[in-house]
Amino acid sequence: MKLDLEGPLASMKEQLSAYCEKKNIEDAIVVGIHTGGVWVAEQLMSVVPTNEALATLDITFYRDDFTMAGLNPKVNQTSLPAIEDRHVILVDDVLMSGRTIRAAMNEIFDFGRPASITLAILYDLGQHELPIAADIVGQRLTLNPDQRVKLVGPDPLSVSIMDTH
Amino acid sequence: MMRSEPRALQLNEHGQLKHFLTLDGLDKTLLTEILDRAESFLSMGEQSVKKVPLLRGKTVVNLFFENSTRTRTTFELAAKRLSADVINLNIETSATSKGESLLDTLQNLEAMQSDMFIVRHSDSGAAHFIAEHCTPNVAIINAGDGRHAHPTQAMLDMLTIRRHKGGFEGLKVAIVGDIMHSRVARSQLQALTTLGVSEVRLVGPKTLVPSFFAEMGATICHDLEAGLKDVDVIVMLRLQKERMKGALLPSESEFYRLYGLTEDTLAWAKPDAIVMHPGPINRGVEISSEVADGKHSVILNQVTNGIAIRMAVMSMAMSGQLQCDESPMAGEDK
Repeated sequence: MKLDLEGPLASMKEQLSAYCEKKNIEDAIVVGIHTGGVWVAEQLMSVVPTNEALATLDITFYRDDFTMAGLNPKVNQTSLPAIEDRHVILVDDVLMSGRTIRAAMNEIFDFGRPASITLAILYDLGQHELPIAADIVGQRLTLNPDQRVKLVGPDPLSVSIMDTH
Repeated sequence: MMRSEPRALQLNEHGQLKHFLTLDGLDKTLLTEILDRAESFLSMGEQSVKKVPLLRGKTVVNLFFENSTRTRTTFELAAKRLSADVINLNIETSATSKGESLLDTLQNLEAMQSDMFIVRHSDSGAAHFIAEHCTPNVAIINAGDGRHAHPTQAMLDMLTIRRHKGGFEGLKVAIVGDIMHSRVARSQLQALTTLGVSEVRLVGPKTLVPSFFAEMGATICHDLEAGLKDVDVIVMLRLQKERMKGALLPSESEFYRLYGLTEDTLAWAKPDAIVMHPGPINRGVEISSEVADGKHSVILNQVTNGIAIRMAVMSMAMSGQLQCDESPMAGEDK
């Protein structure tokens, strides 16, 4: 089942622009989490006050389920500028358990101590297992246990709900 | 005692790496996966923070019954970059030199909750033997056993070739020197043929290049010019005098005159050929300093690539060990 993408993306842009203004965030570093998070982050770059290029993060080596799930076959390159005392806007496509975000924050802190991290998520599935919540949410979804959100991209970007069996 | 088949011993029920003992029986898909994984770690090595938490809380024991500073150091660095705790067992002062059997030593190390043994031994099959006798949750990585195999060295050489040549299809590779005593050459030959190079030439005197290597898919050359003609890759091997029981060579100078790689002999290869050497280099015995330090040499790249390959193999083997009794999970955690 296809999901609306334009509405949640427009909502994210609006929220993010207002959030940066309210928090006086300037020259932020936008970090997309591979793979879907990078595609979403590309869409948000235009509303973030920054001179930095989009940064990317692959959390494969920071996953907490390595011993159960093994390694992802494909690892993309993490590319972060110096982040010490900089405002980071962390972007992903989906927030489910929160474990990917925990891994991403662990990786970011291996590069330095940012001034702040703002979490921007396209779809929040509300199945949090950790005390992690997004500051910017495109849309909140409630799925059945056997359903997943699948983002396809980057051009064209589209999103649908898939059954896992 | 019946020996386990290398493939059955090395892979778990999901076909994932459990131990890394030999390249014999491993297919192109798995070798390519190791190379791809190493590429990921290689790019991590270019970052300011060169450490990931993948093996945090795991204990890796460097079990070196035979000296090798470079291999031991790169394994240690690889394990530390994966955040493992590393123990370097000094064999000179270990219990085995006081008469304790290898199995007793192993059991003691297992009782210390070790998770991985990196084994180097002068006897062929030592790593295989340890893998057969260790508990199922310990991964064994062969860091060189006798004349048998040196799979991580061969894989770092493959990574070096792929990074410089873009792939393996159509490549001609010459391995030159002391083939007979070289576990590196055996593992390289297996890797190169599995990955699909068009020709592997083994080059050296008859005393050091036995004809039975032809059965493994190599072309045997006893003439250096014929061996180097139009090759893309030259791998020079060290003369392993410590393994030679008889006089297999007239003299080092004679060997250098007939089989040494100099700027003159290098000219027989393709103009963009790369020169490799697993080290340590005997300058003026196998290779001239001009070539070893020259623009065709990728010898120091091999060392860098060695850390990434060892990280790849260690992380894959540890993942395979831990999944022995568990089904793999699909999907990403979000």
